[in-house]
Amino acid sequence: MNSWRTDGGGRIDRTRALSFSFDGRRFTGFEGDTLASALLANGVHLLGRSFKYHRPRGILGAGSEEPNALVRVVRDHSRATPNLRATQVELYDGLVAESQNRWPSLGFDLSAVNDILSPLFPAGFYYKTFMWPRRAWHAFYEPRIRAAAGLGRAPEGPDPDRYAQRFAHCDVLIVGAGAAGLAAALAAAASGARVILCDEQPEFGGSLLAEPSARIEGMPAADWVAAQRSALAARPNVTLLARTTAFGYFPHNLIGLSERLTDHAAAPSAGSLRERLWQVRAREVVLATGAIERPLVFPGNDRPGVMLASAGRTYLNRYGVRVGSRIVVVAGSDAAYAAALDLKAAGAEIVALADVRSAAGEAATAAAREASLPVSLRATVLGTSGRLRVSSVRLGTVTSGGAVEESSSVACDAVLMSGGYTPTVHLFSQSRGTLSWNAERNVFVPGKPAERTHAAGACRGIDALAAALADGAAVGSVAAAAAGFQGSTPAFEASAVEFGSAGAPGALAQPGPTPPAKAFVDFQNDVTTKDLALAAREGFRSIEHIKRYTTTGMATDQGKTSGMNALGVVADGFERSIPEVGLTTFRMPFTPVTFGVFAGYARCDLFDPVRTTPTHDWARGHGAVFEDVGLWKRARYFPKTGEDMHAAVARECRAVRTGCGLFDASTLGKIEVVGPDAVTFMNRLYVNNWSTLAVGKSRYGILLRDDGFVYDDGVVARLAEDRFHVTTTTGGAARVLGMMEDYLQTEWPDLKVWLTSTTEQWAVIAVQGPRAREVISPLVSDIDLSPGAMPHMSVGWGKICGAPLLLFRVSFTGELGFELNVPADYGRAVWEAVYSAGRSRDITPYGTEAMHVLRAEKGYIIVGQETDGTATPDDVGLSWAIGKAKPDFVGKRSLERPAMKAPGRKQLVGLLTEDPTVVLDEGAQLVESARQKVPMRMIGHVTSSYASAALGRSIALAMLAGGRARIGETLYVPMPGGDIAVKVTAPVFYDPEGVRLNG
Amino acid sequence: MQKFSAWSLLKQSFGGHQGWQPQWRRASPKPAYDAIIIGGGGHGLGTAYYLAAEHGIANVAVLEKGWIGGGNTGRNTTIIRSNYLFDESARLYDHALKLWEHLSQVLNYNVMYSPRGVMMLAHTVHDVQVIKRHVHANRGNGVDNEWLSPEDAKAFCPPLNIESNIRYPVMGAALQRRGGTARHDAVAWGYARAADALGVDIIENCEVTGFKRDANGAIEGVETSRGPIASRRVGVVAAGHTSVVLGYAGIKLPLESFPLQALVSEPIKPVVPCVVMSNSVHAYISQSDKGELVIGAGTDAYTSYTQRGALHVNSHTLEAICELFPAFRRMRMLRNWGGIVDVTPDRSPIIAKTTIPGLYVNCGWGTGGFKATPGSANVFAWTIARDEPHPINAPFTIERFRDGFLIDEAAAAAVAH
Amino acid sequence: MLVIDCPYCGPRPELEFSYGGQAHIARPANPATVETSDWAAFLYLRSNTRGLHAERWRHVRGCARFFNALRDTTTDKFIATYRTGEPAPAIDSRGDR
Repeated sequence: MNSWRTDGGGRIDRTRALSFSFDGRRFTGFEGDTLASALLANGVHLLGRSFKYHRPRGILGAGSEEPNALVRVVRDHSRATPNLRATQVELYDGLVAESQNRWPSLGFDLSAVNDILSPLFPAGFYYKTFMWPRRAWHAFYEPRIRAAAGLGRAPEGPDPDRYAQRFAHCDVLIVGAGAAGLAAALAAAASGARVILCDEQPEFGGSLLAEPSARIEGMPAADWVAAQRSALAARPNVTLLARTTAFGYFPHNLIGLSERLTDHAAAPSAGSLRERLWQVRAREVVLATGAIERPLVFPGNDRPGVMLASAGRTYLNRYGVRVGSRIVVVAGSDAAYAAALDLKAAGAEIVALADVRSAAGEAATAAAREASLPVSLRATVLGTSGRLRVSSVRLGTVTSGGAVEESSSVACDAVLMSGGYTPTVHLFSQSRGTLSWNAERNVFVPGKPAERTHAAGACRGIDALAAALADGAAVGSVAAAAAGFQGSTPAFEASAVEFGSAGAPGALAQPGPTPPAKAFVDFQNDVTTKDLALAAREGFRSIEHIKRYTTTGMATDQGKTSGMNALGVVADGFERSIPEVGLTTFRMPFTPVTFGVFAGYARCDLFDPVRTTPTHDWARGHGAVFEDVGLWKRARYFPKTGEDMHAAVARECRAVRTGCGLFDASTLGKIEVVGPDAVTFMNRLYVNNWSTLAVGKSRYGILLRDDGFVYDDGVVARLAEDRFHVTTTTGGAARVLGMMEDYLQTEWPDLKVWLTSTTEQWAVIAVQGPRAREVISPLVSDIDLSPGAMPHMSVGWGKICGAPLLLFRVSFTGELGFELNVPADYGRAVWEAVYSAGRSRDITPYGTEAMHVLRAEKGYIIVGQETDGTATPDDVGLSWAIGKAKPDFVGKRSLERPAMKAPGRKQLVGLLTEDPTVVLDEGAQLVESARQKVPMRMIGHVTSSYASAALGRSIALAMLAGGRARIGETLYVPMPGGDIAVKVTAPVFYDPEGVRLNG
Repeated sequence: MQKFSAWSLLKQSFGGHQGWQPQWRRASPKPAYDAIIIGGGGHGLGTAYYLAAEHGIANVAVLEKGWIGGGNTGRNTTIIRSNYLFDESARLYDHALKLWEHLSQVLNYNVMYSPRGVMMLAHTVHDVQVIKRHVHANRGNGVDNEWLSPEDAKAFCPPLNIESNIRYPVMGAALQRRGGTARHDAVAWGYARAADALGVDIIENCEVTGFKRDANGAIEGVETSRGPIASRRVGVVAAGHTSVVLGYAGIKLPLESFPLQALVSEPIKPVVPCVVMSNSVHAYISQSDKGELVIGAGTDAYTSYTQRGALHVNSHTLEAICELFPAFRRMRMLRNWGGIVDVTPDRSPIIAKTTIPGLYVNCGWGTGGFKATPGSANVFAWTIARDEPHPINAPFTIERFRDGFLIDEAAAAAVAH
Repeated sequence: MLVIDCPYCGPRPELEFSYGGQAHIARPANPATVETSDWAAFLYLRSNTRGLHAERWRHVRGCARFFNALRDTTTDKFIATYRTGEPAPAIDSRGDR
């Protein structure tokens, strides 16, 4: 295909060519490629631009740690995903990828001028300038900075794809399916424990997939991996999850996994299941998360073509791609030698192997000598050149005295570097386990765990193959045993050509204190050694401050490749050790996780449960407009053709006042309070005196919190000596029951009372209006509805249309009214029967809006509208309801607090505008005099405001400071268009004597 | 103080930026100070600054147990607004907002106050009532706030979903145009640098472990992990750790400390031009200048000092964001973190003298302290300097809980801060 | 999401529970005789302990019962759960029973 692809080898399927495009150019790759490997195979090294200086960037790594090669992958308009790492994007046929953060093109990016001007933009420069003139920051500078910042572009349309969520339990969760993780899984699985093994890559095996020389149990390592994977998959107690990232370690051994299901597929349909969140509760967790190679820090270490040695090996051995033909290898660790050897064997020329140390390990040295690698020790890199891809490297030598001398300039087309490996301790640290410093290897490794956590293999510094397998097996057995499953620890015979992976974080030696070119520590965020030095110079000592000031470690790789080098540079600068400088906190997620995975199924109707009443479908069929009240959908009004809300509500109100209205009150909370101590319980809880409530009667009840403020209200009926039927507000049902249970269980456990929510058991059909009795009489049996037998606030059992009926003579409208409580399953049928029976009397279904108007005409409050959590019963004119003789009830003591008795509390009043056609804005404020200047002296606010059909004018309720003493006064409502004069009245506008109610 | 400006930046660039001096000194504790501030967050550092700048009390130490700005100052979502309901709150937060408007120039440190507008969404009839009440009350108090239709809200924030097919469609919004964001770290550093220049000692890694009292019970100093330090005036501004610190003085306050989580996405090009908050759908979002979507919601359910929260709380926040901004479902979370917020029963702060002479407290900011930073610091400095509250913080006493004079923004508004 | 050991039902995920604040705060038997400051303390003052915290939980989506727990607020680890009305178990300084 081309010269960069090897003739054979790798784990790609050369029989399956895939076509893809990058920035509009068409390329071909193979099944098994990543976007990165396929581009490299096509000789493309330039993939992106850096965040700040817009420097050309290539591919640094081969895995999830990649900071540079970020692309946008576009399936369609609404399925475009920014900031994906090309090293993780699996190639599929037809893949479309774009580079980001460049204009007009990736090769020629005008913003690259930032690189030239970079002396003006050191770390934190924006704190020092853009302050003049004062308003210019937001008006001028910030928009330009914002436009220049950011990487990819947000998706444009609503995401059509779906996301799933699953809870799982297991005995042992193993994170990472490399050598150690697989060994741990085999050991744990053999013990019979329920095992989940996950790995972020599509294929299990970790680094073994790029180790052609490694052999386990006599077979090539990759074959062994495949065999063990099959064996594990065949076990019923094992769940294997590939393409699954363990992103978060939460308290009590809950691990969050994100599984990617379709992003690798060529043509998943829009709406397919894209990703799944697993919330795994594991008895024991084994972290076999491996290690990440560190870049070396030298001037020009960011050019396309400069990459990690492990990446060079991985592209060669796993994907069959030579990353260069003339390669300079820079070794801060023996691991670099393996890359040099493999690439040389694959036909690349190793033009220099610059080892920055004074000596390499014995095995590496011997192998290099045998392969005639051009090794130079005590080397350093002074710079690189090549605009869009590295073309040469200037090497230097560190003399025994510590001076740095330039030695040679070497032409090349790739640089492989290794600073050693950093154990991946993110999850361990997230779990709040303490890290300990391994001075021999210059790494932090897991120390004391905080949860039931075990670490195995390279993530705790054990990376030789045989040792990692043995460690994994041992840890797997220990974890299974800790979960209660004993088994033997398997042993694996293994061999590999391996060198050490230890190195020293920090920057390479340079001739002067300030290198002439930028040596990058954090690639994506363009943080250089100079920036770190500047932060130190400016007095930032804490590593957290240095991180925040320079933004090192804050890019989308979250410091995976930069963190330890930054620590090394800072520690050198402060002449302190790395553990003295300390680490910044590891936070979830390990790698970025799609919002949709967290949101899962929750969208539209699944965002919150939808509660509907038994008549919901009927109401919908009759054109109801619904409103959300708590989780409920309530019919707000029933517009007829051509009616707006105002007209519909006026018609509905008139119907109730003159004929008969039908209203679904099923959403009201209902609680049965039952038991020999029920009346005692109610007396202690509600403000009212329930001892005087006769069986068969009901009463308006008020519930306070113990701080004295109104919490809820509702009609309470006494169905028997020991049985109360308590109704609550629609939104308050659950919290009132919770409060009742709280007092009953924890304060008065001696009371013999049982509480049952019956909200969903009853459909409640309110029939209201002067003709209500006529309408329901023919349908009701076993109850005498006559005013004498069934006066206002009485309750009785009977039947309606053959269904059991709990009938309340009660009114929230001020008219003669009944509330028919029937078992919910009968609700629709009874509703329709009443509706049919009422047709001849023009029965009118009405919604919550008319209900609000009708009750406001009567001055009945709505808890949550007239009250707001700061109102006492007296404030809203309900002192009459308080059982004065009771020694105590919840909230009583608080009503004696100074603030509750202070003058000037807001009190419920009515308001009538001077102009009867003006309907006040709910929430509008009240002032004493017209044309007030700000700050005004606001003395009250409008709580409810409607056009009243019955009164032929607007009405309003308000909470007004000292309101009851102000009745008759004229006040003003300041509005943007001018003041509105209002007259303060009593809060009852209609039938204040209650004649109609008792009709 | 070395002047920060475009000119100084240019000049320094010729010298390789070698000439920059430390932004504040690494001070070691002196034996005694005129005032000690416990807590090196924005509120504490600001208090020290205003003590020195406005009250002539420059012999001040700020004691920080970790690194300055490392608590809630460096962990919040940087929202600034002053559209509070009650007169007392509106005065306090608008005092802060007015200071924000000039803070970069006053401190000579770009805190990046960005009045990009804070929009609060209404999703139910009840929301509309509550939010309109705010709009009207704010207008009366001279605090800008205006009501927007759903279409106007979308025009102001194009990615917002105002379709009627979502669970709680947007019914309108209130917009405070002067509201916005600022750069949180810069606030701590800017105050530290300016206070340091006036002589304030900023002492990091210095944990207070006790108080020293004289025979009359008045404060005469503190015990710290770096030895005793004398002072007759001590201000405690320790946010989530206030209960612990005041416990050393035997003072109990009506506070509970809860975890509060926040998160950012990967950086993207500008797409959210303002701050959007929704209290019924339960999330808020803005976009940092760097390009990250900055997202938060309410606290976790239980008290905790762990500085981390639960996955399901975090998920719920993102459910809300994806519902309101369905295109963001494909965006990815880059980092999640937690802080510890101290919450009072009425969700309003305490900025007051305590029962111990010489001991002052500024706490209870709950989830909304960042926006108040300059105002809080300013009136707290006054309170310490004069041993009496500034008129603006006079209502924010400890005694209000005894007597019932609460300033209950939460109950009144059903609005999370 | 924590795992909480309901004393009636056994260990269950936190989603089934609601938090109920500090435990062992008894409502005064005769509030009318309680001084204003003491009443305010009952209403509002909480220990807000950094460390071992006795607190109430309710298994609201399970048996619906309230119970008490000892939790270390610096780690969120539960040391014990016990039934309402029972005294808090005696615990050594850092949670070892």
